Amino acid sequence: MTPPSAGRAPRRRKILLVTTDQQRYDTLGCNGGTVGRTPVVDRLAAEGVRYERAVPQSVVCMPSRSTILTGQHPSTHGVWMNGVALPVDAPSVAAVLHRAGYRTALVGKPHFQPFIDPFGRFAENGLARSGAATVDSPWSDGTVGPHRGFEHLEFATHGPVGPLHYARWLGAEHPEEVGGYYAVLDADLEVNATGGGATGAPQVKDNPIPRDLYHTDWVADRTIAWLDGLDADDDWFCWMSFPDPHHPWDPPASELGRVDWRDVPLPDGYVADRAERERILDAKPRHWRLWYDGRLVSNYEAPTRWVPATLTADQVREVNARNAVEVELVDEAVGRVLAAIVARGWADDLDVVFTTDHGELQGDFGLLFKGPYHVDGLMRLPLVWRPAPSAGVAPAVVTRPVGLVDLAPTFCAAAGLPAAPWMEGAALPATDAAADADARRSGAVVTEWDSELLGVDVHLRTVTRDGWVCTTYRPGTVHDGSEGELYDLADDPLQQVNRWDDPALAGRRADLVADLHAHLHPERSPRLPLDAPV
Amino acid sequence: MTRGSMRREVVIGVDADTAWGVVGRPDQLHRWFPGIVDCHVDGDVRTVTLGTGLTLDETILTHDPLQRRFQYRITGGFFTEHLASVDVIALDDTSCLVTYASDAAPAAMAVVLGGATASALAELKRQLEAGATPPSRARVAEDAA
Repeated sequence: MTPPSAGRAPRRRKILLVTTDQQRYDTLGCNGGTVGRTPVVDRLAAEGVRYERAVPQSVVCMPSRSTILTGQHPSTHGVWMNGVALPVDAPSVAAVLHRAGYRTALVGKPHFQPFIDPFGRFAENGLARSGAATVDSPWSDGTVGPHRGFEHLEFATHGPVGPLHYARWLGAEHPEEVGGYYAVLDADLEVNATGGGATGAPQVKDNPIPRDLYHTDWVADRTIAWLDGLDADDDWFCWMSFPDPHHPWDPPASELGRVDWRDVPLPDGYVADRAERERILDAKPRHWRLWYDGRLVSNYEAPTRWVPATLTADQVREVNARNAVEVELVDEAVGRVLAAIVARGWADDLDVVFTTDHGELQGDFGLLFKGPYHVDGLMRLPLVWRPAPSAGVAPAVVTRPVGLVDLAPTFCAAAGLPAAPWMEGAALPATDAAADADARRSGAVVTEWDSELLGVDVHLRTVTRDGWVCTTYRPGTVHDGSEGELYDLADDPLQQVNRWDDPALAGRRADLVADLHAHLHPERSPRLPLDAPV
Repeated sequence: MTRGSMRREVVIGVDADTAWGVVGRPDQLHRWFPGIVDCHVDGDVRTVTLGTGLTLDETILTHDPLQRRFQYRITGGFFTEHLASVDVIALDDTSCLVTYASDAAPAAMAVVLGGATASALAELKRQLEAGATPPSRARVAEDAA
């Protein structure tokens, strides 16, 4: 790969993007979380900017990760559901930075292309076997360069099976540890419903793997190894992408003592009274209750053979305990990487962004996992931007809505580059006042859901604005297009009262729906094909 | 979701006989199906090699040039059940519709096949509309020898 030009003038800011997978806002101490301890990210938040309303443009992995990379909404980049591959020549902020002389790496979970790939059609699944650090691919500007702009790619996902680097390494070097992991998919290639732990909760297993061989530490180790190979005056952009705390909840058993599940409080969003819980669900569009009762499977992201109505309070506690352990391990891994960066003398010029691709229901409404449910569990994300100390940005808390679509222009700004014309967001504001003053920001953030799987389709469009979340439905298998959800985040922070049909809010609803439609981007045509379930 | 059924289709700007000239050659599948790197036919058994190195054994069930219909079943591998049907349907003298249907269990594999066959049909269209023709049977026999 082409190294940055020698003799380049002044040093530019280094950029570390840390993403987790499927992490809730309230799992960080700085966001009020009390189950897991996250001192490293909490410190970044104290030194930087913490966002209280960061919203994904999709609540599943592939579309959301594609948004982070492209700075575009799913309608534009075209990854309309999991299993749809992001074209190799899609725009990429990593390519922008690489072209500007940045060294670039992605270590951890990519998921721009489907994982279930027996035909070997997708480059990202063949990389580990090839032994190459990257491959050349066409870029959106018609040139050819390292794959999606990354000169170094080293991949992991949630388990020890498959073609990615971590799985191949573990299988080759520590084959005895492979069987300790939970099998993410069952024999029918469905998301596994098998329960474990003390409560029989789905996707829970005691994993005897030593901590230093677990994928969280592997991602940190490989990130540090890549950083160690850089020259002191290199500018770099590194996306460190942890697979956790996405299910399965099978962290190293040695770490389970950190959080006793019996001591974990039930989350505020868990409605313990069954009748009340079901009344709340019944006030939402039909697919909520149908999934809860096990009568509708609309998407691949939750076990098809698991019925949410069977979820017990103790299972919620145990899932949250293990999730917290995984969050703690990620926090400590981030701390190790930051220490390595400080040791290289890069601390003053380092921007760190910590976020995730989407959330997790984790007991809210008696549900787990994710799906077409645009509520805070999935839609309110942890987001911390610690600008480089050399930039002199004062610590702040931003309450205005921002989106993951804003990350790509933020990286450009940190690198001293203009945002690419194809980016649809705006650089993250450092204060609420800056958000209000930014003409590129309307205060509205859009989230999209489309799924069509084995005869069932669901389509949602949501706007988050002015303390409201408003979701419209398009016609689908169980919707006629008239349904909707309207929540007042101030009065109803748990989104338990759907006010879509409240006559007193008819004007508010009409305004939000009109604003939503005004903010939707044209949908890519022709639509990209669905290549796999995930 | 233990079983799934997917159908993909494409309109190609060549006549149906020309399209069938390619689709009806089971030994030539790897030339237009991305992700299949080799295939061999022995009687009614076809063995295909995938891009990952995996091999699949298939039984050819229907090879009907009159209906321009080809059907096969993958036996084993990831599949507990499978049936594929490829049909070439004349639209007029210069165009045809090619459909590729996959019924499979587990259902997840039907979805995977749906993606793979969609890309295959796109490649078939590209090749045929560019004027590609399959190698002669004699040439294939020579190459095999």
